[in-house]
Amino acid sequence: MKVSFFVTCLTDTFYPRTAIAAVKVLEHLGCEVDFPQEQTCCGQPMYNTGFHDDSRDLARRMVRVFEHSDHVVTPSGSCAAMIRDYYPDLLKDDPAYAQGGIDLAAKTFEFIEFLVNVLKVDLKAMQARWEGQVTYHYSCHLRGIGVTDEAVRVMKQIDGLDYVPLPKQDQCCGFGGAFSIKYPPISGAMVNDKVGCIASTKAPIVVSNDAGCTMNIAGACRRQGVAVGFKSLPEIIAEGLGLLPVEQPDPVTTPASS
Amino acid sequence: MAQTPVDPLAFTPPSMHGEHLLDPPLPYDITKRASAASVNIQLQQFVANGTTAKDSARKLVMPATFGEHVDDVRALAGSIKQHTLDHLDYYLEQFIDRATEAGVKVHFAADSKQANAICLEIARQNNVKLCLKSKSMVTEETHLLPALESIGVKTIETDLGEFILQLDNDAPSHLVAPMIHKDRTAVGRAFARELGVPYTDVPTELTQIARQYLRALYPKADMGISGGNFLVAETGSVVICTNEGNGRLCTSAPRIHVAFVGIEKMVPTLSHLGVLLKVLARSSTAQPLTCYTHIMTGPKRAHEHDGPEEMHIILLDNQRTQILREETREMLRCIRCGACLNACPVYRKIGGHAYGAVYSGPIGSLITPMLRGLDNYKDLPNASSLCGACYEACPVKINIPKYLVQLRADIVKSNLGKKADAVFFRTWAMTLKHSLLYRMGGWFQSRMFRLQAGRTLRKGSPYSARGWLNKLPGPFKGWTDQRDMPTPPAKNFRHWWHEHQKSKGQ
Repeated sequence: MKVSFFVTCLTDTFYPRTAIAAVKVLEHLGCEVDFPQEQTCCGQPMYNTGFHDDSRDLARRMVRVFEHSDHVVTPSGSCAAMIRDYYPDLLKDDPAYAQGGIDLAAKTFEFIEFLVNVLKVDLKAMQARWEGQVTYHYSCHLRGIGVTDEAVRVMKQIDGLDYVPLPKQDQCCGFGGAFSIKYPPISGAMVNDKVGCIASTKAPIVVSNDAGCTMNIAGACRRQGVAVGFKSLPEIIAEGLGLLPVEQPDPVTTPASS
Repeated sequence: MAQTPVDPLAFTPPSMHGEHLLDPPLPYDITKRASAASVNIQLQQFVANGTTAKDSARKLVMPATFGEHVDDVRALAGSIKQHTLDHLDYYLEQFIDRATEAGVKVHFAADSKQANAICLEIARQNNVKLCLKSKSMVTEETHLLPALESIGVKTIETDLGEFILQLDNDAPSHLVAPMIHKDRTAVGRAFARELGVPYTDVPTELTQIARQYLRALYPKADMGISGGNFLVAETGSVVICTNEGNGRLCTSAPRIHVAFVGIEKMVPTLSHLGVLLKVLARSSTAQPLTCYTHIMTGPKRAHEHDGPEEMHIILLDNQRTQILREETREMLRCIRCGACLNACPVYRKIGGHAYGAVYSGPIGSLITPMLRGLDNYKDLPNASSLCGACYEACPVKINIPKYLVQLRADIVKSNLGKKADAVFFRTWAMTLKHSLLYRMGGWFQSRMFRLQAGRTLRKGSPYSARGWLNKLPGPFKGWTDQRDMPTPPAKNFRHWWHEHQKSKGQ
């Protein structure tokens, strides 16, 4: 199976290990993974802030970059949702790209969604093993692409993984892109609620897959002095399959050792 | 201190009705109220308790009732409303004909002022002194009560929540549960202060106090005012759904009934009404139906014992025909169930008054700018994380996030947005259109962040060890006001990919 990897701007810069893990897992599962170098950003920040002409230009660019791909897989649920939910509409009035937008939307998947619903992965059969207690934050944009409990199902396939449900798991963490900078008191109140829920689980590790959510929640945990570590599910799976060395995440409040 | 309970017929409650709360100075800036709400733990607790319970209950009851077909039922309900809106002119005509045949006096009000004027004229002509009303957001929209007060008509709210708000110079903060932001101790204090009863905060006792007070008024009221959950074109009926029974008393005990209803409340037939009734209460309060569903088709007939002698329906436009244009029509599907408010994580933190308008929450963030001007309420479409919980909850499938973004685009197109935003996002977009600029921008950002991070930088894997910033400059300060900022690690994915390709010999 041929997969083109869409790393996304945030993951490329801030959480590259998540992307590395995802690529290694895909290759391990027999996918031929390529990485079209010209990719940049899906245009979601521009779309959400109302700069639709710019967002449309970036959508056209994405259509071109992934024109020859069979499948496009991305570790970011929100970027997958941008492509799937909004590209067809954004490009519908451009005869040169209307079909391209529809085609790209039809072949784009979020990574966990791809593993579960397309590759039908069975990590239990693959004897994945990863020791640790985790809780999981459900990123909002997974709603837009119809992904519900795939991540939890995957975690339950991993031997040794102790999964603790997060209260109000699917309540928004308050990132929302520019929203977190433009409406700090509201965004802050929302993320603090999330931090409170995390603290109540007493789990040492939070699994959060969307880079925006992770930056937001991890930053708030650090500010609040809640000592938890953050990992993405691709990393856990890669480590569980022996594709990456196990790396204990630093609890975000630990000061640097020098 | 012994207190004398007030004589319900003699007492006049305040009618300012928290005007300032729902009608703040424009253009409205959400910052002050949102900031105050975000540190008001008590408000958050009341609102969170109310909304979370209803939201969770809805999520259980919908699949319990409709099994795998929840989405199908929502799609059906949505398409019924959409169809009616697509042919609203036809159904309005039909409604007016049928209602008139049934003996109703139908009026059309282009705006709030006209709607109030019609009602005041009815009151004058009939020498109305005491008026009772059941809950109606439309009458909040038109600011009806001060208008009635100005011609000497005493108007009392009979919905328990609205009654308490009226006593307390407060205003509704939720479409369905108007006093979600108050608790029973506040009710007890308001009753003790205004009604001269001893303080109690026991819910059954509070309800009895209100019941006794209000029931004394019904036989004496000259006019009853209601809203309308639905208009049925086929029969010319107005439908109201209540849990307290006050709606029934308001609309049948007084001699005159006046219903204020937005034109978008139309449905074609009683069968279509049935579908919407199946989802309304379930989405709102997780009930199969509200305790009372009144389908009112004309005033009392000659042979009937009960009912108003005269029935008026005031159909309100007030910018709805503007929203009816194709790009925004879907917003008018709303059946005012409040499910989106209950699901919204923003509403849960700031409550309804922070929106500074009659209609709050996700749907309010759409229709308030449409009803009162986008330039007046720029914050509302923007104060959302676009999480989509509202869309998921909506029984008529209004794609609220899509329309919030559409309003944001309208703000940009009309040059109502901040210039700095345009500069930032358009420049950023420019760097994203060129792969080299993107890579350089990423490199620069990474270096800058890591430089600023100083001693917080951890040593470790170049693809995951990072540092932290607790202060971002200028326009990005909002982030670090509330949380720290992680830096990128030393190397990015692209770097790894190049190494990876080299190791594969490519």
